[in-house]
Amino acid sequence: MTAAPGTTVWFARHESRLAWRDWLSMITAGRRERLRRVVIAILIFATFMHFVAYWMVGRYADAVVDRSMLVTISGTILLSWLLMVSQAMESMTRAFYSRSDLDLILASPVAASKLFAIRIATIAIGMATMAMPLAAPFINVLIALGGWRWLGAYGLIVAMGATAAALAVGLTVALFRLIGPKRTRLIAQIVAAVIGAAFVIGLQVAAILSYGTISRVAVLQSQAVVAHAPGLDSLVWWPARAAIGDIIPLIGVLALSLALLGLAIVLVSPRFGEYALVAAGTGNFSNSASRRQATFRAASPQGALRRKEWMLLRRDPWLVSQTLMQMLYLIPPAVLLWHSFDDGNGAYALLVPVLVMAAGQLAGGLAWLAISGEDAPDLVATAPVPSSFILRAKVEAVLGVIAVVFTPLLAVLAFASLWHALVAACGIIIATTAATSIQLWFRSQAKRSQFRRRQVSSRVATFAEAFSSIGWAATAAVASASLVLAIAPAILASLVVLGARFMAPRQS
Amino acid sequence: MQHAMPPQQFALEIHGLCKSFDRLAVDGLELKVRKGEFYALLGPNGAGKTTTLRMVAGLLRPDAGSIRVGGVDALADPVGAKQIMAWISDEPMIYDKLTPREYLEFVAGLWGIAPDVAEARAQELLSWLDLSAQANERCEGFSKGMRQKVALAGALVHEPRVIILDEPLTGLDAGSARQVKSVLRQRVNAGGTIVMTTHILEVAERMADRIGVIAHGKLIAEGTLDELRIAANKGASVGPSQNVTLEDTFLTLVAEQAQAA
Repeated sequence: MTAAPGTTVWFARHESRLAWRDWLSMITAGRRERLRRVVIAILIFATFMHFVAYWMVGRYADAVVDRSMLVTISGTILLSWLLMVSQAMESMTRAFYSRSDLDLILASPVAASKLFAIRIATIAIGMATMAMPLAAPFINVLIALGGWRWLGAYGLIVAMGATAAALAVGLTVALFRLIGPKRTRLIAQIVAAVIGAAFVIGLQVAAILSYGTISRVAVLQSQAVVAHAPGLDSLVWWPARAAIGDIIPLIGVLALSLALLGLAIVLVSPRFGEYALVAAGTGNFSNSASRRQATFRAASPQGALRRKEWMLLRRDPWLVSQTLMQMLYLIPPAVLLWHSFDDGNGAYALLVPVLVMAAGQLAGGLAWLAISGEDAPDLVATAPVPSSFILRAKVEAVLGVIAVVFTPLLAVLAFASLWHALVAACGIIIATTAATSIQLWFRSQAKRSQFRRRQVSSRVATFAEAFSSIGWAATAAVASASLVLAIAPAILASLVVLGARFMAPRQS
Repeated sequence: MQHAMPPQQFALEIHGLCKSFDRLAVDGLELKVRKGEFYALLGPNGAGKTTTLRMVAGLLRPDAGSIRVGGVDALADPVGAKQIMAWISDEPMIYDKLTPREYLEFVAGLWGIAPDVAEARAQELLSWLDLSAQANERCEGFSKGMRQKVALAGALVHEPRVIILDEPLTGLDAGSARQVKSVLRQRVNAGGTIVMTTHILEVAERMADRIGVIAHGKLIAEGTLDELRIAANKGASVGPSQNVTLEDTFLTLVAEQAQAA
């Protein structure tokens, strides 16, 4: 059966075909012959995650529903939902500012509002679909051990996707009207990141100030929070009750969320084209004149490359926001450091892995920008400098930024605990080197503006970078207590890096 | 057709150059460009022009063959060859967040040009290319023509002896195209060598000292415009005419080659 061109169903089919191919390309890194191997890897990973889920939540499957349980489930739902809102805002911003096929659609005689309605709905579906694989192992384990009622959690994910998309649409349009299209792109990205991180960071800071620990669960499970929580029959618990399969709250939450999404579609899709046109008219540039430089400065080719990288990074607030957003997660450890400065207790041990993890992640992003995100690759490649010099200069540029960001934190930590500072410094150096090396091995030419898509270009590189940072963070955490015990996690982290080297494509 | 000349007279020498992707892109190409010559490389889409020039510029590694730039073996000593060469593609690749002056300073740094020399040249080039007023503005709002002019200034700031251009006039308005052509002609008059691909046959007709026609990765004809006319009219009942345009000649040569293949 074929739908008539220009109808909503026809657009839906068009969008789903594009989304399917995009997803396929993402998981196979553009190589269809990898599909079988990727499916096998996903199945193995999914099986592993079910074991992890069993270990983490298995004991709660038949737990009695009390306020403590509802607080924990609600906190987890809120945290996940905020991350969804954050992702949905990013998608909305991209939809407004990325031209791709908008010119074709807006220039065609079809009612573009139908397509935009589909696109907003696609964002909602995308959010729910993205959350499903992460939540599925936990829900499946709860279903297996606690009964079919836990199926309600899947319904809740659909509701969360719908409300996240609706709120993201509302927030983005509000920003568009409030501060104008020119600033919205940057501000929306920052708001999205802050929404995503604020709840976690807030809980961690509260936990540090109240209980001296960085664990956010400490707040959610504390007597104070449970004591102030509303009664069991309160509407506040409806999302949590929907998750555990109470049918009335589930229907209520689903109906309300779908109504919100419908309202957002009805209100925004007719004007989406208008917003997109205004966004296109602003461009993504400041066109600001730089202060006239007196004279050209002397520099070796490597020096010129390093200076260029730093200048480009400094002048692109969007990239700075994207890259340094990870630094938000350094706020809790900084608070912990400040809070525990005089105690001399084991709190510093909690700081070490956080610093190492943040350094690895920041280095990965910066290395991608410097190595793969080169906007004039031909110019650099045709310069009379050996390619190894060019790569070395770019790696030095990355290390320079890492040094500037982390040296002050390490210096403060060194005053408090020299040993922990030393372990953290070693961990930062190793995690940074590993993340940069992975980006080097998996380098593929791209525009800097594609920074957000960098994780799509190679799943292996993305996972290797993440697991490497986690591995080195764990190693540093253990090493701060016992160097001998740190050998095992260090071997695991090294295997991740070696595995990435082994799987990296050959560079021409 | 190639006159016997001592090797040092050639700015670019290509022997038996081969490159395959999914199919053969360049097939044993032989090409020599003299010093101080403006050489235009023509050919239909997919003929292997860009692939050839990217191999010359060191952006692609050939499967077989040799390339000498200004007497330097570009495969054995790529850094030495790059020192005397510049490359410009049809898509000007510059940094949005740098100003033209900063861009030229960066390029001069890459080529190891002394700052005072580079600055003087940069000012001269920006003036020639009518970019002085925008010299301290970031490139992000620039039109395609302005970006191409900035890229051209970058290519010239280190005074290359050989300039390789791939469709440098694509998308330029008449005024910008004239400025670019004028700067290129001045460079040739000063002794530089230019090798350029173009789809604008009128540009090749007016500017090039010699023209090479490439098809299916091979050089099928080469010479001055008159020499090409003669080659295209071999076997025809009428002799070469001054009224026959390069377009006619080019299409005839490509059609003959297609028939022969």
